[in-house]
Amino acid sequence: MEAIISLIIGVLTACGVYLSLRGRTFPVVLGLTLLSYAANLFLLAMGRLTIGAPPIITETADGYADPIPQALVLTAIVISFAMTAFVIVLALKTFKEMGNDHVDGIHKP
Amino acid sequence: MSLLLVVFFPFFAAPFAAAISKLGRLHAAWLAGVTSVGALSLLFPEALAVFAGQSIFYQLEWIPMLGMNLSFRLDGLGLLFALLILGIGLLVVLYARYYLSAQDDMGRFYAYLLLFMGSMLGIVLSENVIQLLIFWESTSLSSFLLISYWQHRQESRSGARMALAITGAGGLALLGGFLLLGEIVGSYELTSILESGEIIRSHPLYFPMLILVLLGAFTKSAQFPFHFWLPNAMAAPTPVSAYLHSATMVKAGVFLLARLFPALSGTPEWFWLVSVAGLITLLSGAYIALWKHDLKGLLAYSTISHLGLITLLFGIGTPLAAVAGVFHIINHATFKASLFMAAGIIDHEAGTRDMRRLRGLWEFMPYTATLAMVAAAAMAGVPLLNGFLSKEMFFAETLHDIDLPWGWLLPTGATLAGIFAVAYSWRFIHNVFFNGPPTNLPKTPHEPPRWMKVPVEILVVLCLVVGIVPNLTVAPLLAVAASGVLQAPLPEYTLSIWHGLNTAFWMSVIALIGGVLVYHFFSFFFALRQSSGEWPAMKTLYNIVLNKLFNLTEGVTRFLHTDSLQRMVWVLVVFALMLGIGGLIGEPFAFTGERALLPVDGVSLLVAIVIVLAAVGTAVLHQQRLVALIMIGVVGLGVALIFAKFSAPDLALTQLSVEFVTIVLMLLALYFLPQFTPGESRNWLRARDGMLALGAGSGMALLTWAVLTRPYATIAEYFLAESVPGGGGHNVVNVILVDFRGYDTLGEITVMALAGLGIYAMLEGLKLKGSVADFKADQWDEDKHPVIMGSLTRLLLPLALLVSIFIFLRGHNLPGGGFIAGLITAVALIMQYLAQGTTWTQARIPFDMQTMIAAGLLIAASTGLASWLFAYPFLTSTFSHLHWPLVGEFELASAMAFDLGVFLVVVGVTVLIIVNLGLIHTDSHSSIPTRNKIR
Repeated sequence: MEAIISLIIGVLTACGVYLSLRGRTFPVVLGLTLLSYAANLFLLAMGRLTIGAPPIITETADGYADPIPQALVLTAIVISFAMTAFVIVLALKTFKEMGNDHVDGIHKP
Repeated sequence: MSLLLVVFFPFFAAPFAAAISKLGRLHAAWLAGVTSVGALSLLFPEALAVFAGQSIFYQLEWIPMLGMNLSFRLDGLGLLFALLILGIGLLVVLYARYYLSAQDDMGRFYAYLLLFMGSMLGIVLSENVIQLLIFWESTSLSSFLLISYWQHRQESRSGARMALAITGAGGLALLGGFLLLGEIVGSYELTSILESGEIIRSHPLYFPMLILVLLGAFTKSAQFPFHFWLPNAMAAPTPVSAYLHSATMVKAGVFLLARLFPALSGTPEWFWLVSVAGLITLLSGAYIALWKHDLKGLLAYSTISHLGLITLLFGIGTPLAAVAGVFHIINHATFKASLFMAAGIIDHEAGTRDMRRLRGLWEFMPYTATLAMVAAAAMAGVPLLNGFLSKEMFFAETLHDIDLPWGWLLPTGATLAGIFAVAYSWRFIHNVFFNGPPTNLPKTPHEPPRWMKVPVEILVVLCLVVGIVPNLTVAPLLAVAASGVLQAPLPEYTLSIWHGLNTAFWMSVIALIGGVLVYHFFSFFFALRQSSGEWPAMKTLYNIVLNKLFNLTEGVTRFLHTDSLQRMVWVLVVFALMLGIGGLIGEPFAFTGERALLPVDGVSLLVAIVIVLAAVGTAVLHQQRLVALIMIGVVGLGVALIFAKFSAPDLALTQLSVEFVTIVLMLLALYFLPQFTPGESRNWLRARDGMLALGAGSGMALLTWAVLTRPYATIAEYFLAESVPGGGGHNVVNVILVDFRGYDTLGEITVMALAGLGIYAMLEGLKLKGSVADFKADQWDEDKHPVIMGSLTRLLLPLALLVSIFIFLRGHNLPGGGFIAGLITAVALIMQYLAQGTTWTQARIPFDMQTMIAAGLLIAASTGLASWLFAYPFLTSTFSHLHWPLVGEFELASAMAFDLGVFLVVVGVTVLIIVNLGLIHTDSHSSIPTRNKIR
């Protein structure tokens, strides 16, 4: 299972990096979103993988997943949403101001 | 306590001075005057104690964790300087009120002046040297503001910049010196430093430390070779010059020499560095002053020269020389302040400061002329005036080492400087007030307003009484200040006008006669000399260095900063990758650890394959934007499943709801943006980026693998154990968010609120045309708000809200909480907007989202503050059990109120963003008639 998660994080990072390097705003936004997925998964993975032991205190549970990375990731998800929204609006604003959607505001031949 | 007040009183008054001048032109002047008088009266009782032989200390805890305190000391030296700063400050306040014209902003001037006054007081009253340095730097900053007060003038700006660059660089050196000093002594408190003179002088770090400290002192006091900022600072309004260059700014450097005198002096290094710098400055300043045609330029170089004299005295290093140094500090402050003010009056009333045009002003302003002449005579060292007394002491001190080889150099240099001083003083008097009628003055000069002369009168009277009856006037202050410098019993000295026909007396006589002669051959000398003597070398060097620095920084910026964001992202990734690979170089290690692996099941494998395919699909098909968007939605849902699988139900819920909102948001954005990405990257570029992406991806995968296969230790046990007894909740993630780490969450929702408001601000006035057709070039459906969807969402809304309340309430014990409930509510509301249109829905929501965000932040913050009322730290939570009929046992924690704040912010921001994004379209979608035409 660890190998699968590592692979997923790797693939998400690779696709995220590739898209972030594109010249138009929309793919860059997609790339950033993929990168934030990768980062969130990576953060969660730092608490190691646990199956079937959510950090909810019960009398019968015999172990819990690490709650700290989860708390971190929860806020990270919400914040990265706010940041994605910010970038999107920035992209729209640039599109309006520059007349094109290139990240550098210029049409390349 | 009153020491603290004395220092901070001007700082507190400064903003009021700036504000109050809106109400009336002179209010700020009154406020500044009252502040000076107030600080003086606060100082008065303490001063009595100092005269009785005490030193006063005051300490206030500042950052106790770092062992840093605000500590102040008042001894004789500090008292002398505090009196000069406040006393002359008061006179300058009065003078400036008449000097500044109607166009000048009084409030700004007095605010800067008060800031400067407070900083100076901080320097002279500090006990801790690091604290002293903070005030030292703030004098550099506030003097920058004062010198550049006339911001529209180019020379004001460049002069201020030069002063800041030189004194700021000196301050940096001084910081290094103080840190070394602290290392040597083991304490930054002056009391310890002054007691450890022996240790300091024999320490191997003594010499570098001395160099650094002297750099600080010499730059501030305009000693050679750093003197050139001072004449350029003359672009300041004259009251500023009178204040900065008589009693305060430049005196900070000699204050430092005096302050550290017991600790640092008495070594050959000290003697040579300090006295040679002092001697060169003394001679060259006096010489150049003679050739200046600008009144203030003459005074500026004379100031440099007198500062050199004081520095030389401290450099000589005998106790008696130190006494003479302190005495000259007092005398120079009084006569130089009055001379600057007189020069300002002449400038003000005659319209020029050029001595080639100013002549014969005695006819027009005899009263001012008399005052200026007395002050100039004091500067020259004429008997019966204060300057004479300290100059005689100086001459006597230069004779100490006359028996040594080259010992004659010092008295000869001193006499020569004395000759020049007399010559330029005599030039000031003769050239300006006599010497024939004035030549084409811009204005007809006349006496200034009555109260403008008062400060000059006070200072001139001081020059006279100190010069005639020193023992009745200045003696006690000098004694207490000098013993503050020496920190030891005073040497024998007498303050009398007549010491007999000794060598010092003859040196004075030579200086007086020689000076007058030099002036009368002045025109002869002047013809010999072509350029009007700056030292061009130093100023040119400064400009060369400055330009080189500018070019260097520009080069670095140009090298690092390209115009292309795309390329910069590339550089960033390459750099990160290089850092990552660099970490692998070195000791070989195993990628795989020894932690036991989890078994793989079929469903997980399937989900993983879907995620990987969708992610790769997003990247490959990104040019078809809608397709890529659908793909990324699949990835997001897959990530939610991963969270669910690995025991993170809260994250799964959050991810699920965020995913919905994100996709809606991107769809909205896509509506305004082009539907396709043009294929403009060349193949090799794509290959290059692909390689880079592959590198980054493999790096992350390997890193994750390496971490996941290793055991680890966590601090989670504490949270797991304390969650129920300490936080009253069973859902540990939620308890961490709203209780243990509530402060972080407060920060996070603040960031979120800011992002929301930022977006709102960016969208202000933004109008975009939506696309008329979808990506297959089909028309949009004409039915904007399908009835079935509308009815269904209306039915769904109460249910969704109910679910969200449920999720919110159970959040403390089971998966849920403010973040998730907020997102669910937002989704429910956004559904309404989608189904019914923005206008329809907005009309039915009774509050706007900004209010909601504000309310959320307010609730969250005040929950935290509420714990202060019960004397607990910020955000301490409490809880109790409550029995609800039908629902059953139920915990009510104060953290729940905090969670409510989180909830409101999340709802507010999410809806605010989506709705405002929906509102920016012009009328593409609703203009069906137009589109009918297209069809």
